[in-house]
Amino acid sequence: MPRISVKVDGIAYEEDVEPRLLLVHLLRERLGKTGTPAGCDTSNCGACTVMLDGKTVKSCSVLAVQADGSDIVTIEGLAANGSLHPMQRAFHEEHALQCGFCTPGMVMAAIDLVRDTPDPSEEAIREGLEGNLCRCTGYCNIVRAVKRGAQEMGQAVKSS
Amino acid sequence: MTEVGKARRRKEDARLLTGRTRWTDNLQQPGMLHVAFLRSPMAHARITGVDVSAARELPGVVAVFAGQDVAGEQGSLPCAWPVSDDIVIPEHPPMAVTEVRYTGEIVACVVATDRFKAADALEAIEVDYEPLPPVIDLETALSPDSPKVHETGNQAFSVKITSGDLDAAFRDAPVVIDRTYVQQRLIGAAMEPRAVLVSTDGDTFTMWTSTQIPHVLRVMLAMVTGVPEHQLRVIAPDVGGGFGTKLQVTAEEVLCLLLCRKLGKPVKWAESRTEGNLAVHQGRGQLQHIRLAADSDGRIRGLQVDLLADMGAYLMLVTPGVPMLGATMFNGIYKMDAYEFACKGVFTTKMPTDAYRGAGRPEATFAIERIMDELAAELRLDPIEVRRRNWIKHEEFPYTTIAGLTYDSGNYEAATDKALQLFGYDKLRAEQADRRDRGDPVQLGIGVSTFTEMCGLAPSRMLGEANYGAGGWEHASVRMLPTGKVEVVTGTSPHGQGHVTSWSQIAADALGVPFEDVTVVHGDTAISHKGMDTYGSRSLVVGGVAVLQACEKVREKARKLAAHLLECSPDDLDFADGAFKVKGTDSQTTIQELALAAFAAHNLPEGAEARLDSDATFDPVNYSFPHGTHLTAVEVDTETGHVKIRSYVAVDDVGKVVNPLIVEGQVHGGIAQGIGQALYEEAVYDAEGNLLTATLADYLLPSAADLPDFVTDRTETPATSNPLGAKGVGEAGTIASTPAVVNAIVDALRPHGVRDVPMPCTPERVWRALEGGRA
Ligand code: FES
Ligand code: FES
Repeated sequence: MPRISVKVDGIAYEEDVEPRLLLVHLLRERLGKTGTPAGCDTSNCGACTVMLDGKTVKSCSVLAVQADGSDIVTIEGLAANGSLHPMQRAFHEEHALQCGFCTPGMVMAAIDLVRDTPDPSEEAIREGLEGNLCRCTGYCNIVRAVKRGAQEMGQAVKSS
Repeated sequence: MTEVGKARRRKEDARLLTGRTRWTDNLQQPGMLHVAFLRSPMAHARITGVDVSAARELPGVVAVFAGQDVAGEQGSLPCAWPVSDDIVIPEHPPMAVTEVRYTGEIVACVVATDRFKAADALEAIEVDYEPLPPVIDLETALSPDSPKVHETGNQAFSVKITSGDLDAAFRDAPVVIDRTYVQQRLIGAAMEPRAVLVSTDGDTFTMWTSTQIPHVLRVMLAMVTGVPEHQLRVIAPDVGGGFGTKLQVTAEEVLCLLLCRKLGKPVKWAESRTEGNLAVHQGRGQLQHIRLAADSDGRIRGLQVDLLADMGAYLMLVTPGVPMLGATMFNGIYKMDAYEFACKGVFTTKMPTDAYRGAGRPEATFAIERIMDELAAELRLDPIEVRRRNWIKHEEFPYTTIAGLTYDSGNYEAATDKALQLFGYDKLRAEQADRRDRGDPVQLGIGVSTFTEMCGLAPSRMLGEANYGAGGWEHASVRMLPTGKVEVVTGTSPHGQGHVTSWSQIAADALGVPFEDVTVVHGDTAISHKGMDTYGSRSLVVGGVAVLQACEKVREKARKLAAHLLECSPDDLDFADGAFKVKGTDSQTTIQELALAAFAAHNLPEGAEARLDSDATFDPVNYSFPHGTHLTAVEVDTETGHVKIRSYVAVDDVGKVVNPLIVEGQVHGGIAQGIGQALYEEAVYDAEGNLLTATLADYLLPSAADLPDFVTDRTETPATSNPLGAKGVGEAGTIASTPAVVNAIVDALRPHGVRDVPMPCTPERVWRALEGGRA
């Protein structure tokens, strides 16, 4: 069984993994990182989205062995020193979550989108989140939250 | 201080936003085993043999069972709504024993030390099937020479309701419109797939399950499996959406309970999305034949509804009740002289249908709102005008409809006027005319839906009259803790609706305590003893009222204690902002201080108990009737058939609102789901009964890129049937939006000879409708 080392939310792990084990299962079943859920088996829903070396991936479409040597951030590692990431705060302010199942993936995807496009138009947000499905919100408040989160992320960059 | 009406941010969010979630599949128990189910690849077959011996030998496999192995103890899955005297409720074994009747039905199961080993072992099970003919089409299913789903035949029930003189209404009517609409089957696709975990200490069983109905489930599981009710605890931890799909007593829940009982170990099953598409009950599934008679000025004389409702292979918890929830709703918001509703439930070799957001009412609303547009077109009237001529006027409320329901309140004029203004109706009509004149390949269509729904399920007496197996009350208890904090225990079971926040607002106002000082507990039968759970837009209208009434009882207890301590009569006390004040003096005490006094119990009134808590069970006297006017403008490309929603305006009247933010969110999500039915979604079975849409790659859910921003607003006509004046909002958007969108598409294409496009209105179907119109 191949041995891999990964860093997840700042903690280093070494694990022996079956070659077929998916990253999402490594996170959930082996490392107890259940903050990242899985909503499908065809890489369509985006619920499992995490940051891998700074870029989002659907963790159900990556093998654990492919993640060897990488630095992973999940929704659990996003809030720094107990204060929410501006995008998390924006989701709260705009009521951009209902059941919350899509939320971890949605927040990660939104942060990635804003890093690429700091001031996204509504259309850019909608296109950019196409790979993340939400069954509860109808997306209106998610779009509003991403706009607000983008503004606050921009301000955070400026003031730092 | 008034909390009710405030756009409070949700208490639920922080946990969900940081991944500290308790989805059932996140939970572990010591020594937990994993379950995988083998499902039938055939829609209809006799099981002639199951060989599990090879699977039993695989490493990590603890047990393998086929239907025969549990036949004596698995019972039959329940149907709680025998809607008619002639109903046939077939045996529904959780695991098929002799025959399978839909693709995805469970035929065997494996219990193993991890989920991958369990899944692998399924492949080692040999099942011999002797194929039987599938039954797919609703109309041919009822012909005498059709193959049978069950020995008793393919008709599950038949119902007919008549009111007024239908013959007179249709005789010599200047206008008769006759249409057939298909309500395709839908897959609810809550984003959290189902999961079940059961553990036992040898005496009692605890089940965590992704359900909307922990209380109902506990009762039904006890009845089905014989596990005594008091030794069964059901917990709905975090539940990731439901939309009716988790309002069920499932085969998987029953079987996991049995497996835990057999093996004495905790067992968990977690569904894959593909399994869910196959084996979560589906929604809709109706063939609707609608006839409407009208006078030449557009006044409706009569409406005749003839339905075939697809039950699928078995009757599940409320399968036959779903079309009946629409039985008194096809007349919508309109007055008429005569009405007839006839419905046959039909068995087919497909996954059973059951509740899905709106359940029966979207189907009814679609039919009436579509045919109102056809009436307008026939008479060359504006679709809004034809509705105005027929709807119940504001001053006519309360109004008893032709179908026998009494709508307590409503203001269709106000909602419609507001919607028209926000939408810019006249301007869009002008643009439409312009595009038509120019022969623009992209045509503009305007769709309207002026809907109402019967919700807030429900007065127990009325449910009894409808032959439903339970009541519709809701329960809450409220405890003041010694430090003055408040614990509200509710019988509702939220899964995204924000009850913790809204119930906190209600309690904060009623008790005069800070919003932050209230906590709300739910979804665990050991903590919340009584409840009827969450569905049918009932939680606020029934459960929220129970919270209010329990708080009022606590307040009255506190008043007596305050009077005792302040040495005055209870009538001499004013209550405001959480404090009891002796009239005309400065002497006062707060309800939070009284909580400590009750706890200490040093000085209580004669006969009083040492507690400041109470509970209430609320049973409404009537349904509630939210309504609204939704308008949408769509662009239809006549060359490709592509439909784009350009704008969408929704003005809803859901009565008094506790939290406008949450209400708006419910409307948004509801609209999106209704648009899904109109444009994208369909559970497709082929002629053999295979589900062709078993993954999210084949079953298309709307994404952010498919939808516009929704403009929402409200009018507020309070419900008169409950003290909150609330009407319920969970289903409204879904009920309204489907016909609005299809009306808009047909409106765009009517000059091209199109008068219907079957749902979902995919580019191909729109294009074919145009071809048909040109022919
Ligand atoms: S679980 Fe659906 S995309 Fe990964
Ligand atoms: S909030 Fe429930 S799926 Fe997005």
